[in-house]
Amino acid sequence: MVKVCLYFQVHQPYRLRNYTVFDIGNTSNYFDDEKNANVLKRVARKCYLPANQVIMELLEKHPEFRASFSMSGTVLEQMERHSPEALESFKSLVRTKRVELLDETYFHSLAFIYSKNEFKEQVRLHNQKMQKLFGYKPRVFRNTELIYNNEMAGFIEKMGYDGVLAEGADHILGWRSPNFVYKPKSANRLKLLLKNYKLSDDIAFRFSERSWQEWPLTADKFSSWISAVNGNGVCVNLFMDYETFGEHQWDETGIFEFLRHMPGEILKHKDNSFRTPSELVKEHEPAGELDIHNMISWADVERDISAWTGNSMQQAAISELYRLESEIKASKDNSLLEDWRRLQTSDNFYYMCTKWFSDGDVHKYFNPYESPYDAFISFMNIINDIKIRVKRCQTTKNKNKDD
Amino acid sequence: MKVLMFGWEFPPQSTGGLGTACYGLTKAMSRLGVNITLVLPTTENITHDFVRIIGANVRLKGIKSPIRPYMTETQYSRQYRKSSLYGQSLFDEVYRYSMAAEQIAREEDFDVIHCHDWLTFEAGIRAKSIANKPLIVHVHATEFDRTGGLSLNRHVYDAEKRGMQAADRVIAVSNYTKNKIISHYGIMPEKVSVVHNAVDHDRSQPSEDSGLKKHSKIVLFLGRITLQKGPDYFLYAASKILQIEPNVRFIIAGSGDMEQSIIQKSAELGISDKVLFTGFVSGNDVNRAYSMADVYVMPSVSEPFGITALEAMKNNTPVIISRNSGVSEVISHCLKVDFWDINQLANKIIGVLRYRELSETMKNHAAGEVSRISWSNSAEKCITEYNRALRGENG
Repeated sequence: MVKVCLYFQVHQPYRLRNYTVFDIGNTSNYFDDEKNANVLKRVARKCYLPANQVIMELLEKHPEFRASFSMSGTVLEQMERHSPEALESFKSLVRTKRVELLDETYFHSLAFIYSKNEFKEQVRLHNQKMQKLFGYKPRVFRNTELIYNNEMAGFIEKMGYDGVLAEGADHILGWRSPNFVYKPKSANRLKLLLKNYKLSDDIAFRFSERSWQEWPLTADKFSSWISAVNGNGVCVNLFMDYETFGEHQWDETGIFEFLRHMPGEILKHKDNSFRTPSELVKEHEPAGELDIHNMISWADVERDISAWTGNSMQQAAISELYRLESEIKASKDNSLLEDWRRLQTSDNFYYMCTKWFSDGDVHKYFNPYESPYDAFISFMNIINDIKIRVKRCQTTKNKNKDD
Repeated sequence: MKVLMFGWEFPPQSTGGLGTACYGLTKAMSRLGVNITLVLPTTENITHDFVRIIGANVRLKGIKSPIRPYMTETQYSRQYRKSSLYGQSLFDEVYRYSMAAEQIAREEDFDVIHCHDWLTFEAGIRAKSIANKPLIVHVHATEFDRTGGLSLNRHVYDAEKRGMQAADRVIAVSNYTKNKIISHYGIMPEKVSVVHNAVDHDRSQPSEDSGLKKHSKIVLFLGRITLQKGPDYFLYAASKILQIEPNVRFIIAGSGDMEQSIIQKSAELGISDKVLFTGFVSGNDVNRAYSMADVYVMPSVSEPFGITALEAMKNNTPVIISRNSGVSEVISHCLKVDFWDINQLANKIIGVLRYRELSETMKNHAAGEVSRISWSNSAEKCITEYNRALRGENG
């Protein structure tokens, strides 16, 4: 019996505008509202709406079908503003009770690595947003970009979650298979679900790659690969960006037709079925314990955190940002706190990555910058403005105290 | 393969990127076994000293002519009007050069003719008609780049166009230049190939500390002080930067017809004490200038290639370049600007000056990037063009 677990990541950041050194101290308008609105509307039209429609059809057609989503707070806010119809279609999926929502950090941040305190607050904010928008209380957690290690699992267990998602990277698994439920070394009852990156990436990255020997990927071919797992595993976790459908892989590639037919083909085999992460966690005892000390993620071939923290610009930008935490929080200035949090979105650091820059690749997706160097300059200029605002808050407070 | 090459400047007697490009290209081609006879217009006999620099396969022929590549006709007549020894105008000199070329073409043994920029095109056309050998014209700059599209010199434009039309193959130093050749000169795209310039990795790199560097951050402009190179935009950016970073110094290294007006303008902007003019620099002083700078800026209005950006990278200096440049097609580890966007230019310069992490990351990646850009690559592509011309491919 193979249980297929579909999980889709839905996220859009608040992209920064081109903020120059001459703006520092003069304007605290950091975000490119026009570009963000345009991107959101475009993604809603090309991906969220048509893909949700297909998912809904599948739910109606196959009683066994399940899907799960994790949506960042930043994409939800932008949907509320620019595409209420997309948000509504997600809500109708959730109402079927066969679609699960996961928690993550509200700002799609790297907070776990830099501030546990901030991490906790952002996870809570996200949980509240899920309850408010969907009337749903997630039980399973996925961290930004599937960033994970033992410590994270322990922390998340203490926060009360039942399960957590991670990348099934070869260098961690070794001889082991991602097609089982595991237990993190640091946890007692928390369960770990691992991405089957080969089968996930066949859809997310290779689907339209004509040089790939398996191209074109058809629903029945893919379902035969799923069925082949019978006997060697209990689940196949297909984790990917939701933008795979219609954005990374355009409509013209046939990706929506694939999505429409793939579940039916999988269900033709009577031993196959679909599950949400919570269902998997409930139904299976861990097949083993996984000891993952170093941070892993689902990014690039390295599957580590070097895409966000690999060069000295990224390290400087992140440490400057988190250094401001206590002063920002002491300021009690909500707009300052909100801006500071939006700056934490991991995309801001991803844009500064120099690893793949010369080749031009996935890092380019909706990247507003010409180079990682431009990304860094805008970000650091903004940090300088934030510092001025922090100072201003402190001066006003001291003044009030004196009065 | 024997090449009869027509050039007009060569190190150490050179004033710009053209001489550097000819030097790098001929040296790399000679290493690949190409036998080059380089014809230069020169008033002095170049000695064997020079042959030694370029390698054994290159011979030089002197033609008596005072042509300097970047001289405008006005400058030329100002300088030589009184002398009866020379022709009445730059175009007379081009004519004399081309007549001499006829003679050389009769005497020399060669397979192809390779010309560099408009001053030599007529010489190439004549050599072709005498020897009936394929002609390759190499475009390092067009009249549109030199004038920024304003007050185009018709004679120059015509000479460029005649050369491109007569050529069997046209080599452009960038796609940027290729597009100009297609759109402004009406040449068939199939006849034009792009061979990007490169940088010489052989020369030693001095890195001595300058006294100035200890006290201030240094921003460098290095190039001819002419409209094409955008020195005025550099100056306006300097003025903006100094309002928030008063301890920065700006070096303008080079000479040219806008020199006086730029010096005057810096006085008007009240920044004369922060902007230093070095005059024309050459040889090791060029490397010294790059090494002492914290950032090199090339704000060209129109730059067919821009070898200086590669030289700066080679000297471990971060670079900011105009988007209107050929070099921007081959490098990524730099910052790019629209030359007219003073705010962005100033913003990026300050970014590089302020954040050590930025300039260090740029330098680290640029070093690897520039090391992969070599003249032997360009030389191989030129040889491919020779072979295409010999096979009679002109499209």
